[in-house]
Amino acid sequence: MTAPPFSPFDRPNSYIGRSVPRPNARRLLAGRGQFTDDVQFARLTHVAFLRSPHAHARIRGLDLNAAKAAPGVIVIATGADLARLCRPWVGTLTHFAGLKSPPQYPLAIDRVVWRGEPVVAAVAATRALAEDALELVVVDWEELPAVADMETALDPATSVIHPEFGDNKAFSLHLESGAVDQAFAAAHQVIEAEWHFGRHTAVSLEPRTMVAQFDPSEQRLTVFQSTQTPYQMQDVYARHLGLSDAQVRVVAKDVGGSFGMKLHVYGDEMATAALSMMLGRPVKFVADRLESFVSDIHARDHRVKARVAVTADGEITAFAVDDLTGIGPFSAYPRTSAVEGNQVIRLIGGPYRHRHYRADLKVVFQNKNIMSQYRAVGHPIACAVTEAMVDLAAASVGLDPVELRRRNMLTDDMYPYTSPTGFVFERLSHHQCLDRLVGHMDYESLRAEQERLRRHGVFRGIGIAAYIEITNPGPAFYGVGGARISAQDGCILKLEPSGQVRCLVSVTEQGQGTETAMAQVAASVLGIPLDAVRVVTGDTEVTPHGGATWASRGAGIGGETVLRAARALRDNILALAGTILQAHADTLDIRDGLIVDADGGRERMALAELARIAFFRPDTLPPDFQPEMTVARHHVPRGQPFAFTNGIQAAHVEVEIETGFIKLLKHWVVDDCGRVINPQLVDEQIRGGVVQGIGAALFEECIYGADGQMQNGTLADYLVPMAGEMPDIVVDHVSTPTVYSELGAKGVGEAGTAASAAAVLNAVNDALRPLGARVTTIPLTPDRVLAALGKLDA
Amino acid sequence: MPGTIPIALTVNGAPVSRAVEPRLNLVDFLRIDLGLTGTHVGCEHGVCGACTLLLDGDMVRGCLVLAVQADGAVVETIEGLSERGALRRLQDAFLARNALQCGFCTPGMLIAAAALLAQDPAPSRDAIRAHLSGNYCRCTGYHAIIDAVEAAAAKP
Repeated sequence: MTAPPFSPFDRPNSYIGRSVPRPNARRLLAGRGQFTDDVQFARLTHVAFLRSPHAHARIRGLDLNAAKAAPGVIVIATGADLARLCRPWVGTLTHFAGLKSPPQYPLAIDRVVWRGEPVVAAVAATRALAEDALELVVVDWEELPAVADMETALDPATSVIHPEFGDNKAFSLHLESGAVDQAFAAAHQVIEAEWHFGRHTAVSLEPRTMVAQFDPSEQRLTVFQSTQTPYQMQDVYARHLGLSDAQVRVVAKDVGGSFGMKLHVYGDEMATAALSMMLGRPVKFVADRLESFVSDIHARDHRVKARVAVTADGEITAFAVDDLTGIGPFSAYPRTSAVEGNQVIRLIGGPYRHRHYRADLKVVFQNKNIMSQYRAVGHPIACAVTEAMVDLAAASVGLDPVELRRRNMLTDDMYPYTSPTGFVFERLSHHQCLDRLVGHMDYESLRAEQERLRRHGVFRGIGIAAYIEITNPGPAFYGVGGARISAQDGCILKLEPSGQVRCLVSVTEQGQGTETAMAQVAASVLGIPLDAVRVVTGDTEVTPHGGATWASRGAGIGGETVLRAARALRDNILALAGTILQAHADTLDIRDGLIVDADGGRERMALAELARIAFFRPDTLPPDFQPEMTVARHHVPRGQPFAFTNGIQAAHVEVEIETGFIKLLKHWVVDDCGRVINPQLVDEQIRGGVVQGIGAALFEECIYGADGQMQNGTLADYLVPMAGEMPDIVVDHVSTPTVYSELGAKGVGEAGTAASAAAVLNAVNDALRPLGARVTTIPLTPDRVLAALGKLDA
Repeated sequence: MPGTIPIALTVNGAPVSRAVEPRLNLVDFLRIDLGLTGTHVGCEHGVCGACTLLLDGDMVRGCLVLAVQADGAVVETIEGLSERGALRRLQDAFLARNALQCGFCTPGMLIAAAALLAQDPAPSRDAIRAHLSGNYCRCTGYHAIIDAVEAAAAKP
């Protein structure tokens, strides 16, 4: 008798594909979360930072005497003080050939290069006293010319921020595929447009927060940090503070939002760790909202000139783009600030069949806050440029935007497909997603309604945006360039004496539901109730080393890791059960926490009984049998560098042409992230991502003056999406599992953000089209809409 | 260094007396002096709603009230409201609908939603959206929160 082929996906007690609630949500709902600022420490000290008020200035002198004498002050430290404790870092990787960035120190030394750069640290008994002391610091500044405008950053007349490099160029890249010039020469229509994308930032509600605690008696540094990547930070602290990684523990408690912002190395955080080593006491740093705006990484900031070639019957044959992006004065460490632009130019045109492509990327330094990876890195820019150009292409040949997309999207018979930029798509589902989307929207009715309402002076628009998303990245992302950032993840599964299971896994939780999804996989494979699995994440002393959660990798890579570990533990449990029950292991199964006959399901023993024998009465087992109730497994994606997902979004908007205000009426998403582990968690990842993208489309912009000063660094001035302006969001799925893992799950964390701004941009321009107006800059603020309508000077 | 001022108030049903600096705001007093860390600090300028709590029954921003202004007042936070069951329907609905992700905005969001349901037991979706527009959530996109408040209102 043999057991039926085992599949964790169609068992009676499978949790995969089910919307189970998150076990860790109860305490968050009861105010019992443990965010880093909530943890209590003995002998705690607090650090505050004096930040540069200038975009570019020389520090001619510092007078610290009054600050040092201020009440409650423990130490006042300068850049030179901390440079003695912390080695500088350089934000370059070898797979971005030619990328330049100078060494960066915890605090500025001699010169500041952006407004907000930390300059002096004050450690005191309370945060308020530390801030009081900083009021007494006197800095003798010599202001220097600021490079603010990326458009002129490379002009010979512009001052050079890092003279050793000779110019303000950090990185450039040229891509060329096919016969681009011939394609444009042969085109029926060539459409050209220039698009601008403002800077914005993550605005996680919980700011960057950490407590560094150095114990000189053991020479051990423990850092409690609101971070996505405890393992990366463990390595960074060890290497830059002169410790071994065995001396460093990083613990991520509850993380109050991160979105890619909490995985970069920040000077103030390195300073906090160094100060803890200097003092031998815990030091807490919590960025306040104002310093978050000028020191959390910023995102985007692109100017893209694009051309597209179209035949008379609406076939897109070529794209050519030129992307200029400004990254502030440094390339961020350790992931670099080249990834954003690199992904923009490699993703443009992604859903379509054109074979001719040319792209030029220039990445320039500026005296502004550092720009680097934030949710959906590069995708929203690539998607907006592509989809806006596709809409213009449709209009140029008199085709409906849906019809033009149908004629140009990759079809099901083309996979595996290699894009002109070298991406390999295992299998995508563009046409199925488009068909579903059109059905959900009742597209024809919306078009008829749009026509009818225009006659009454009501201007509504429909915007479509197809996308591809890079998920489940392997070592091609960072490791090959020399970054010590793990591409693999690890899981330890332990059967405990109660018969319950503890799952220690390297992927991390920031609210997306990682722990729940991992529990679902473990419970399904093991055949035990979901509440019998306890998942532990985010502690380098406890969980295996791994990549953690970023780049839409948690479910796909972490989930496969847990699946492999659970399969191994299941085999060990059944081997023990077979020994106890004197049966072949393959005649037994585990269902709902019980050992049963695989055939017929008769109960044989409870897991708790098996565990009791394994731990407390192994003397009753054969002398040569050793029960192995703890297993560890790792997983790294193989076979392809990334698992691409795809999908499509649509926005329905109304533009009030007297005021320029935009009302979002509804938003739709059809996404294909392969196998869905928990539909509700996936849908909410998409909805949350959509609204972040809408923020970029309509509201969010870090506004800088020509002097390099950020002018709206408060939450009252920098607008974020609030409940009142946001629409309901319809989410549906097509499922094309990847064959490169058994679980078949691809990532979903960034899909919403990838295309929502593009859909809104297209919808607004669709509304404005009969008025002959077009907006080419996001955020689509009322003044920009009015300027496009000729009612206001641009 | 400023001196301190004695205050006496009721927090989550229990009397509390402390001497506080005049500049100390109420949310820092609750978090630092009383260890009530369920009330969060998001912006410290009254915009984000993370520090929403009840002061003499009214919904206020804990970052815009000084601790000395709460002298003699009755303060309720997420901890007290949870323990006396005042938020149970909303908490159950938020859990069922996954109307929270990181959970940092959630205590403030629950208190704001409860204040709405106290005024209007059956609000429309638009009314829920309007009422919660002072509470910033970066994770959910709000749709699930609106669903959860609607579901909690519909329950007996």
